[in-house]
Amino acid sequence: MSVKVNPDKCTSCETCVSTCPFGAIEMRDGRAFITENCTVCGACVEACEFKAIERTGEEAVAAATDLSAYKGVWVFAEQHKGAVSSVALELLGEGRKLADKRRTKLSAVFIGHGIKDKAKDLIAHGADIVYVADDPALRDFNDDSYSAVLTSLATLHKPEIILAGATAVGRSFIPKVAAKLYTGLTADCTALDIDPASGNLLQTRPAFGGNIMATIVAPNHRPQMATVRHKVMKKAAPDTSRKGDIVDVKFTTAVDMRTRVINTVEEVGETVNISEADIIVAGGRGMGSAKNFQLIEELAKVLGGAVGATRGAVDEGWVPYSHQVGQTGKTVCPKLYIAAGISGAIQHLAGMQSSDVIIAINKDPHAPIFSVATYGIVGDVMEVLPIMIKKFKEMRG
Amino acid sequence: MNIIVCIKQVPDTSEVKINRETNTLIRDGVPSIINPYDMYAIEEALQLREKHGGKVTAVTMGPPQAAEALKEAVAMGVDDVVLFSDRAFAGADTWATSYVLSRGIKKMGEFDIVIAGKQAIDGDTAQVGPETAEMLGVPFVAYVRKIEKVDIGAMTVERMMDEGFDIVETKLPVFITVVKEINQPRLPSLKGKMKAKSLKVATLTAKDIGAEENFCGLKGSPTKVVRIFPPAPRGQREMLSGTVDQQVDLVAKKLKEQTLI
Repeated sequence: MSVKVNPDKCTSCETCVSTCPFGAIEMRDGRAFITENCTVCGACVEACEFKAIERTGEEAVAAATDLSAYKGVWVFAEQHKGAVSSVALELLGEGRKLADKRRTKLSAVFIGHGIKDKAKDLIAHGADIVYVADDPALRDFNDDSYSAVLTSLATLHKPEIILAGATAVGRSFIPKVAAKLYTGLTADCTALDIDPASGNLLQTRPAFGGNIMATIVAPNHRPQMATVRHKVMKKAAPDTSRKGDIVDVKFTTAVDMRTRVINTVEEVGETVNISEADIIVAGGRGMGSAKNFQLIEELAKVLGGAVGATRGAVDEGWVPYSHQVGQTGKTVCPKLYIAAGISGAIQHLAGMQSSDVIIAINKDPHAPIFSVATYGIVGDVMEVLPIMIKKFKEMRG
Repeated sequence: MNIIVCIKQVPDTSEVKINRETNTLIRDGVPSIINPYDMYAIEEALQLREKHGGKVTAVTMGPPQAAEALKEAVAMGVDDVVLFSDRAFAGADTWATSYVLSRGIKKMGEFDIVIAGKQAIDGDTAQVGPETAEMLGVPFVAYVRKIEKVDIGAMTVERMMDEGFDIVETKLPVFITVVKEINQPRLPSLKGKMKAKSLKVATLTAKDIGAEENFCGLKGSPTKVVRIFPPAPRGQREMLSGTVDQQVDLVAKKLKEQTLI
């Protein structure tokens, strides 16, 4: 595949130069020139008003895999200490839609120990089949054993799609499975769909710190694999009358486990994982001091939400790093995000701008945070927050 | 101890701005830097060398100009660098990148630890580390925030998890990715800068590392980008007015309507 410029049609408008997300187009001799940084994404093809840019040879890649042999949508159903992760249920909700569009079955892969009685919950949330690998050796997450189970199941049953949560666990071992299966993996998808023409999975994700969106496909490889963050997809309401098959998977202890978890430490005060919170109250440097930052904690408590922070507030030492939202912290997608004393640096916006409702409180009416705020309050946080705390407290009785 | 650091040259995304009229990236004058997370990888490798002796080699896959990133690593104190560069590598996704890195690292001989940053800030996938580890056939530990101890043939580290951290023992050789909590990267030294200035970066091609072109670059990549577009602008936005009391009342009313409170 390659992208070519027709010099007779190029008008030197340079639209393509600024459109290219990879900086791979230069002007040479008054015409657009595609450099070797080109990834053949086709953004310039769409952007050129003069149809001077073409993408050629798309059919040239030979299909090495018999794609029709791959059927069914799979979800890796992550659990912690026997409790099914909320992202797994969200993925079953999305997986159900994809499976219905493909007129195929939805299966869950459930790995752990003492978890078998939870398999019916996965069926209630949309799975037709649950593969349960329940073994004492699988109690703790282990890159080697978890990837061995999923890889061998996928090799045996040949699913066309595998979805997993973009959690610490998923991001650690799912790429190993993709590497082994020689297939594509798309991280942190924010939208999934089926291309009606080809049947391929359309995987859309943000790139360049959320500045652009890219839709990615794996046309000639199976399974098509994708990870999705917490809260991006919607859970289906559980239906306990749904019927499904629970299939026991025997775990062979012959897997060479080269790493071993000696101890797991849950951090004190870390009662809410911010990636899973429905409501987040976050503060930035504009809070001014550790003492003032307590207002953030108080409001979060009143709303039953979690505390978030910008890198600035974390660097000041007002709150631990595990609360940091943004490109170097966590990406969150709650129903409500209250940003107090946060100016809205692009790295912070990248981590929270897909929240459903955003309320921003800032003294500066031109602060960039207002560009993503559903409701903007211009004012001093020290004045606004106490009033909010009082009012919301009254409302919640 | 033989340590390899995988780094990536990336555009400084904090400098990337959006042209709000055309919704395109403004890349003019955006500097190329070493992926910030890889700086922690370099620092950790240097600290391991200081404690246990040995050699640190930084590697990257990229176009010829990626040699600049390797020179910066030399200025910080790494002993040696290798650039994997070939036109056949262009357009690689994470699978094809990992293929080249694993081939190249194997070609370089025995190693004890490979270290990389947890992810690169341009793609944010965090996939090349674990995929490369798998292809090298070595164990993998993600999100390392501390190396507790290194023994013969084994190492103990702290791995950040969503709800805290794990203490993990791993066999060597191993591939780890590190988070920013692990250290504070040093600045380049004058001596290092001098060394970097005169350095001729060793470059290995697909043929040199025995990589099959069918598995490299765009051709070897399972994934293809089919569309690039600006993110959808956020829905309704409203700047409130009135006294603080009135504004808070209004917000409370809206949240109540949407059953958020």
